[in-house]
Parts: sequence; structure tokens; C-alpha cells
Amino acid sequence: MLGKLDWSAIPFDQPIPMITSGVVALVILGVLAWVVLAGHLPYLWREWITSVDHKRIGVMYMTLALVMLLRGFSDAIMMRGQQAIAFHSQGYLPPEHFNQIFSAHGTIMIFFVAMPFVIGLMNLVVPLQLGVRDVAFPTLNSVGFWLTATGALLVNMSLVIGEFARTGWLPYPPLSELTYSPGVGVDYYLWSLEISGIGTLVAGINLVTTVLKLRTRGMSYLRMPMFCWTTLASNLLIVTAFPILTATLAMLILDRYFGFHFFSNEAGGNVMMFMNLIWAWGHPEVYILILPAFGVFSEVVATFSGKPLFGYRSMVLATMAICVISFMVWLHHFFTMGAGPNVNAIFGIASMIIAVPTGVKIYNWLFTMYGGRIRFTSPMLWSIGFMVTFILGGLTGVLVAVPPADFLLHNSLFLVAHFHNVIIGGVLFGAFAGYTYWFPKAFGFRLHEGLGKAAFWFWLIGFYVAFMPLYAVGLLGMTRRMQHYDIPEWRPWLIAAAFGAVLILIGIGFQIAQLVVSIRRREELRDRTGDPWQGRSLEWATASPPPVFNFAIMPDVRGGDAYWEIKSRARQQDIEKQEPDYEDIEMPRNSPTGFVCAFFATVMGFALIWHIWWMVAAGFVGAFATFVVFAWRDHDEYVIPAAEVARIDRANLAERRALAGAAGSA
Amino acid sequence: MADTTMAYAHIDPHQVRGIDEFGTHAGPASRRIVTGYGFWIFILSDIIMFSAFFATYAVLLGQTAGGPSGRDLFDLRNVAIETAFLLASSFTCGMASIAADMRNKTWFQVAMAVTCLFGLAFLTIEAREFASLVARGAGPTRSAFLSAFFSLVGLHGLHVSAGILWLLTMMAQVLAKGFRADIQRRILCFALFWHALDIIWIAVFTVVYLIGSAQ
Repeated sequence: MLGKLDWSAIPFDQPIPMITSGVVALVILGVLAWVVLAGHLPYLWREWITSVDHKRIGVMYMTLALVMLLRGFSDAIMMRGQQAIAFHSQGYLPPEHFNQIFSAHGTIMIFFVAMPFVIGLMNLVVPLQLGVRDVAFPTLNSVGFWLTATGALLVNMSLVIGEFARTGWLPYPPLSELTYSPGVGVDYYLWSLEISGIGTLVAGINLVTTVLKLRTRGMSYLRMPMFCWTTLASNLLIVTAFPILTATLAMLILDRYFGFHFFSNEAGGNVMMFMNLIWAWGHPEVYILILPAFGVFSEVVATFSGKPLFGYRSMVLATMAICVISFMVWLHHFFTMGAGPNVNAIFGIASMIIAVPTGVKIYNWLFTMYGGRIRFTSPMLWSIGFMVTFILGGLTGVLVAVPPADFLLHNSLFLVAHFHNVIIGGVLFGAFAGYTYWFPKAFGFRLHEGLGKAAFWFWLIGFYVAFMPLYAVGLLGMTRRMQHYDIPEWRPWLIAAAFGAVLILIGIGFQIAQLVVSIRRREELRDRTGDPWQGRSLEWATASPPPVFNFAIMPDVRGGDAYWEIKSRARQQDIEKQEPDYEDIEMPRNSPTGFVCAFFATVMGFALIWHIWWMVAAGFVGAFATFVVFAWRDHDEYVIPAAEVARIDRANLAERRALAGAAGSA
Repeated sequence: MADTTMAYAHIDPHQVRGIDEFGTHAGPASRRIVTGYGFWIFILSDIIMFSAFFATYAVLLGQTAGGPSGRDLFDLRNVAIETAFLLASSFTCGMASIAADMRNKTWFQVAMAVTCLFGLAFLTIEAREFASLVARGAGPTRSAFLSAFFSLVGLHGLHVSAGILWLLTMMAQVLAKGFRADIQRRILCFALFWHALDIIWIAVFTVVYLIGSAQ
């Protein structure tokens, strides 16, 4: 009846997961009880869960990312704690638990923190920057988000029901085959990534189509803000790389569930084919994450230097070059496979070539700042911190791209330090810069600056204290994923690294405090004009938060830095804008399709993990029925009358004029 | 000659806009274009998923683990009949698209029904081939080569099955609601999907059956 599921799946004998999941369950129940008792449920359902508004979906993506960041960071600090004390001892985490923790840490941080964070930012900002009212496929967008949430939910369910994979964040066979991993851990991994991978693919198709086909009048390609370009490149990579991940994981599923021989040791299976396939997705994946961050830095640096982005066209070229070359370097993840010196040399050189466009970008940001009137706000601090840190991570990357050096550093903590250097210093700092920069646009009030700066400094210093020692200990020969060790020279470095993790924890504490304090003081932090930073692109041309239709009148773009140009034109001609002709606006209606689909996907994923076949069938029928019901809708749009559009727009314009007048008289 | 080319460019709806009039981008595209374009991108991503399975098949082609190879197993006459059914179904699917453009319900339903029957015939032949292989002890667990074969061909078969579900849904939708604009867009996407399965099948026929039976 319930397949492999019985009471032995719940780890009653292990205090850490039981207590953690108990606390998490209490928090979730508490939040749910509060939501229901305070009567917020209808509001949540109407305004968020069923919303097809790209801004709301973007915010939900980022909320998911921030919550999962806490989970992933808990794993991280547990590992640092374990390695700090497990010298000549077993520490406090038994091996099978430690292995689950490093696997869950990597999986969660990449798939459920970094990915939803950048996809959330792109969803929130790109349609606003393009000057349009919506994305190409609003309902599918909601489906994509909820499928991502399904994946995150399944990973976290493994904490209490069963176990998670012990195979690392990429389940290399033959360890991940049924013979060596007979439990449900790898199955949790596989199904949650298959389901959330579909969500990511949907988001990619949606955003590529949005950038290429939905731009306001006059917004030609070379007038698009840099963030739109990096969004385009990143989503092109999603569309071309994620199907490879889906296919590869499907093959591993076939091996595990039906005894196929793709990656098995017997009957002609080929283990190295898995490495090749997974990294053919995996290397583009790191550029999927970093390119949007590059876009954020381009916006932030230009805005807070008060100058147009230096070398815009070279930046576009560099972005698209990275997009293409990222598919030609995958083999550098396993130089030790033994493909021979010629093959290794080609991939080594390609890996160094891809550093060139990245270097171009760094110079462009530096020259944007040069001669500018720089405001050192917290988004700008994240950007400068990124430049310093990322150059360091990039250089160690070029170092491991040299095949002979890689033979020494392969799978060592040097490598771990390198990719954290680029992912924290690049993607995460970029995500935080974007979060601070666009928060007022999403919610109508700014985040508290002082606490934001405190968080930045603790993160920055914490990062260096946590990861520089890992470079050293990697050069001393320590391999990654060690549950315990008995080399005395390693220990001081690992204690220092654990201290760094504590500094980062304090940084996260400041970020939580920043959010709480900013919400409480939102009236004094209110952004009334919609343009709190003297921005340059069109998202600042509308109110904060923008009305559901974004723009009352679709902007007409006449040049690069569209909003800056509009502002200076208005100032030069000093004209009182005459009242535009407002028209009715059609917007897509809300739809629970995404949420219901994700519900059935969760049921199906859970049933597949535990081999509950009747439930799989039920989940499939439910999902198909949802699609048919959705397809049967007769009215998928509603009309906002011109009078209502005019009322909303006039209110915003009045606030802007009042503040401009006050600034003018001061 | 030049004049006629220029004249043609003006009326050709597929002419790329924005290049000759650079800088005066006209604004968001129509719903039909956006939907079709997005679906094309989905199809491209689907083809990439297939390409991973093609690459795997190519790598594992010789890995028969002492078991039967393509030369022993493949019956090209059977595959030719199968191919004929699928290509014919693409033709009738095209007829259904024309009927939809003409807003002719009867011919649309007839053409779709025939498409469905051809698709089912294709699936039946494929299922019989699979069953006979398994019965001869050449199932997917026999060798890595057979794992790759069953997965690649089976994935295509799954796509055709999903296509038939979609086809039936579209027939029901047109029956219930007629040729509304949104339903027309869905018919466009369905047709793209069905034709794309043909393109993939051509590759399957070549790579799996023709090259495979030479091994």
C-alpha cells in the first residue's frame, strides 16, 4: 500500500534531525496558525499564491531563496564545526549524517538558493526595465515557481522522512547506483531536481521570449539595460543546458529503478559518461548563476557612479561570448579522467579564454566608477566587495584550469575554496546587491542602510576568514568532504575557517535585523517618487511598488539609459507634461494552476521516491486534469478601466511633482 | 529582379523587422507571435534533451556485453512501415492546421482523427517491436547498448503518446468552444510539436536503426 514507506523511515534515534525538524515543524505550524487565525489566508491566496504578476512571483522566488539560505547555511556551519573538532576523533556528526549534510548543502545552495534568487530578480526587474506590462507567459511563470518550491519541499522532507543522498551535490555513479546507495536518499535528490528542473526550464523559456519579443516601443536590443542582456544570456543557457540535466538524471533514474546500464559497472555501462553529461550542464550552470549577478553590478555601479555604463557594447559582447564559450569548457571538471594531454590542453586553454570576457567586464565597471560621483551605499559596497573577491576567485580558477596543477588540486579543499570564492563573492554578493537595490521598487520602502552595511562587512570579512584557510589547507593536501582527520597541521586552519563561518552567521543576523527594522520603520524609509537612487533605467519610471500594470502609458524609448534620458529631456525643456490619454488595460487573471500543479507534482514525486505506484498514477491524473481545467477557462483576462488607470497614475505623478518641487525650492 | 525582391520583402510577414529600420523597434509582438516563439524555444530545448540521449546511444552502441547487436535485432522493413505512418500523420496534421485556418470544423476533426489513428498505429508497431525484443531476451537490462536503445526510442514514443493526449484535448476543445484565438494558438503549438517529433524520428531512424543495424 505505501511502497517502501514505514515507520523505520523516521529517524527517531537521531537527535539532530529530529530536533531540527521538530523546531521547523513548530515554526511552520505557528506561521500557518497565525495566517489562518489572523484571517490572512484569503489575502495570501488571492494576492500571492494564485498571483500571475511577475513582480509577486519574483518576490516569492526570492523569499524561497532566503529561507533556503538559512537551511543551507545551517548545513555549512555544522560542517565547519565538525571539521574544527574532528581531529583524532569522530566529532559530533557520524559519517552517514555528515555525508548527507554536505550533499544537502551543495544541492540546496545551488538549486534552491542561488537559482531562485537570480530567477526572482530577473522576474521582478526585467519586464519593468523593458517597459512592458507583463512577461510572455504569466501563468506558466507561476507554474515554474511552484514547481521549484516543490523541489525544495521534497529536499526538506528528506530530513524527517527517510534520508537524503550521501553522494555529494552531483550524484556520481557508481556510488549513486542502487548497489551502493540502496536507500531513498538519491531518489529524493533525483526527483526533486527533475521537478524543479522543469520549473527552471519554464522560467527560462518565459524570460527568453520576454526579452526577445516583448519590449516597449523604441527599446531596440542595443538600448536594453545591461541586466536585460545578462538575463537573455543566462536564460538562453537555461534553455540549452537544463534539458541535459533532465536527461542525465533520467538515465540515472532508469538505472536505479529498472536496472538499466547507463552508468553501471557491468554490462557495458560507462561511468565517465555521467561526468561528461552532468558537467555539460554543470559548467553552463555556473554562468547561468553569475551572468545575472554581472547584470546587477552593471546597474548598481552605473547608478551609484552617476555615469552611463562604460563600454556598453563591449559588455554586451563579453556577455554573449561567455554564453557561447561556457559550453566548451566542461571537461576541466575532470582533467584526471585521463582523456590525454591534447584533450586536456584544449579544455585548459578554453577555460583560460573564458576568463578574458570576464576581465573585460571588471575593467568596464572600474572605468564606470573612474571620474564618477560615487555614492557608497550598501549595494555599491556589495559591488566593490565583489570586484575584489571575484578577481581573487577568478585567478585561482585560472590556476586550476592548468591541467598539471589540477592533478594536484583536484578534489582538494583548494577547489572548494575556489568555487565558494566565485559563488559567494560573485553570485551571492550580486544577489544581495540586487536585493538591496530593488527592494524599494518591490515594496515601496528602502532597507535600513546602517544594518545593511554592518551585514556587508561581516559577510565580507567572514568570507575571507572562512575560505582563505581552505586554500591553505587544500595546498597542504586535505581533500574535500572529510568527516574526520588526523593531520595536526590542518587543524588551526579549520578552526579559523569555523570562526569565519561564525562571522558570516553574524552577518546573516544583521540581514534579518535589517529586514525587521526596515519593515517597522517603513514610513520613514518610504520611497514616494519611485526613483530612490536617481536611477537610469525604466523600472524607476513607475511608482514603488509599481501598479499591477507597471506602466499607465507604455514608455517610448529614444536612447540608451532610457529613464535618465527621459528625465534630462523633461528638465531641459522644462515643460509641464500634458495629461496623457489613458486607455483600458487588459491584464491576465489570477490562476491557481501553478499551485495545484505543484501539489500534484509533490504527491507524485513523493510517491515515486517511496515506490507507491497507485499514488503516482493519482498524481499524474490530477496534474493532467488541472491542465485541462485551465485550458477550459473562458475568461483569462480582466480589464482595468481607463479611469482607474488615470487615478493611480495621477497619484504617483502628484507625489513626484510635490517632491521635485520641494527639492527645487530647498 | 531587385525590384521584385524588394517588393516581396514588404509583404513577407517573416521578414525580420528592426534591422533595416534600426533603432525604431515597434513595440511588443502580437500574442500569436509570442506564443509560437516561446513554443519554438521549448521545442529547441526538447531537441537538446534528445541530443543527450543520442550522444549516449552513440557512446554505448558497441557496448553489447556479449549480447545481441543492432544487426541481430533491427527489422528495417518494420521500421519503414512505422516511419510511413508517422510521416503520413504529419501530413494529416498539416491538413488539420489548414482546416483550422479556414475555420472548417468538420475537416479539422476528420484530419485530427486520422492523425490520431496514424499516431496510434505508429505506437502499436513500436510497442510490438519492444515486446518482441523483450521476449527474445533483449530487454533494456541486457546490455548498455539496449538500455540506450530503449530509452531513446521509448522517449520518442512517450512524446508521441503525450502528443496524442494533447491532440484529443484539442479535438474536444474545438468541439466545445470553436476556433477561438487562444485555441488557434494552441493548435499552432500542437502542430509545431507534432512536426518536431517527425524531425526527431528522422534522426532516430538514421542514427538508431540505419547506423545501428550496421554494427
